[in-house]
Amino acid sequence: MTLMTIILKMSEGLGRTCAIFALTLLFSLPLGMIVALLRMSKNRIVSSVTRFFITVLRGTPLMLQLLAVTYGPYYLFGMGVSRNKLIPVVIAFAVNYAAYFAEIYRGGIESIPVGQYEAATVLGYTRVQTFMRVILPQVVKRIMPSVTNEIVTLVKDTSIAFTVSYQEMFTIGKQIANSQTSFVPFVVAGVFYYVLNFVVDRVMGRVEKRLDYYQ
Amino acid sequence: MDTNKTQANSRAILEIRALQKSFGTNDVLRDISMDVEPGNVISIIGPSGSGKSTLLRCVTFLETADDGDILYDGQYAVRGGVYASKAELNAFRRRFGLVFQNFNLFPHYSVMRNVSEPAILHGENRDQVMERSMSLLRKMGLEGKENAYPCQLSGGQQQRVAIARALALRPEILFFDEPTSALDPELTGEVLKVIRQLAEEKMTMVVVTHEMPFARAVSNRVIFMDGGVIVEQGDPEIVLGAPQQERTRQFLRNYQR
Repeated sequence: MTLMTIILKMSEGLGRTCAIFALTLLFSLPLGMIVALLRMSKNRIVSSVTRFFITVLRGTPLMLQLLAVTYGPYYLFGMGVSRNKLIPVVIAFAVNYAAYFAEIYRGGIESIPVGQYEAATVLGYTRVQTFMRVILPQVVKRIMPSVTNEIVTLVKDTSIAFTVSYQEMFTIGKQIANSQTSFVPFVVAGVFYYVLNFVVDRVMGRVEKRLDYYQ
Repeated sequence: MDTNKTQANSRAILEIRALQKSFGTNDVLRDISMDVEPGNVISIIGPSGSGKSTLLRCVTFLETADDGDILYDGQYAVRGGVYASKAELNAFRRRFGLVFQNFNLFPHYSVMRNVSEPAILHGENRDQVMERSMSLLRKMGLEGKENAYPCQLSGGQQQRVAIARALALRPEILFFDEPTSALDPELTGEVLKVIRQLAEEKMTMVVVTHEMPFARAVSNRVIFMDGGVIVEQGDPEIVLGAPQQERTRQFLRNYQR
């Protein structure tokens, strides 16, 4: 198999790789905010339960969580394993990344000086107005570097989908590597991930620059 | 205790009666009573930890008093330590403005948006608010800074933006919590000048300050607080020039050193 065929075959999985990436971000970024707000709830039970789930999601491997989401329903309830593996993959990824994003959001929210809340309150901002207009925009700016970090990790983590044989780029590469006893597909995969993250880095750099208009 | 009789006939904008507040076992405010009459400027002085800032924070509802009354324009916001409903407190908030020691401007907003947004969110006509904000900024000597961001301004300029922001809501009474304490010494003058100008326009103000010459020149009444009580209050010339209480004298002696 020539290098070109390997590249072409693996490229066929790039769409799926990007689908995992994009859908995970789409769901985990907002879900993380909900989790962060639950984690900061004044209700002790709500915050403790949320905290427990965050520790589980961050304290166990994503690969394990992916297996649990994909095959758990079969072993536990005798349900069929979903045909389209993208569904369990995105569920596992989105929930896992939401836990990480939640902690980043929480750190950002807690870093905003209490004086910002006090000024907004005295000026008659409602709680929602204070959060949406005063706090959140400042949080977004502060957490940008940490969020970029997570996004870069996510690009690479999409390869974990191979454990449930979802036909994304890395899974295809691994199959070629096995059948051809060749290391070349892994090198190709490495280059693909590097290029994808190069793009991520550029985009996030631009976003950060746009938020640079104030200190 | 000396009381100011000059404005006794006009109804007080703010009345504080037997206000008490403690943090744990620390009694920060013990039985504070005072009135603020329209057009008056009252300076509150005293050592740190005397309860001055806590008093301002209680009357602006940033802290919750334990006991006592707070009345705005004769209406109870707090009665015997019991607070009015959330909606009523919001209505009371419209009556006052508060200028913080650390300005607390919103860093991601331009100067203009900082000043104008609160009134716009209250449903006022946008054009009118913008016009009013513009003239306030002009009055604060900040013409041409409308589109600047707080980080591009000096501390003195930021504090003047904060004053404009408070004034844009047209409060009946304006509170200042050590407005010059976070400023470099050479920048305090420009902020004090603005406050003095407001005093000349008969803006009702309560100023917690360490600037004695300013307090003496601007105030109708000076209150000296220590240990959560009002030790002495009255005419600035008397409280600051010939204090009757030994604790006041001691404080002022230490201050001049």
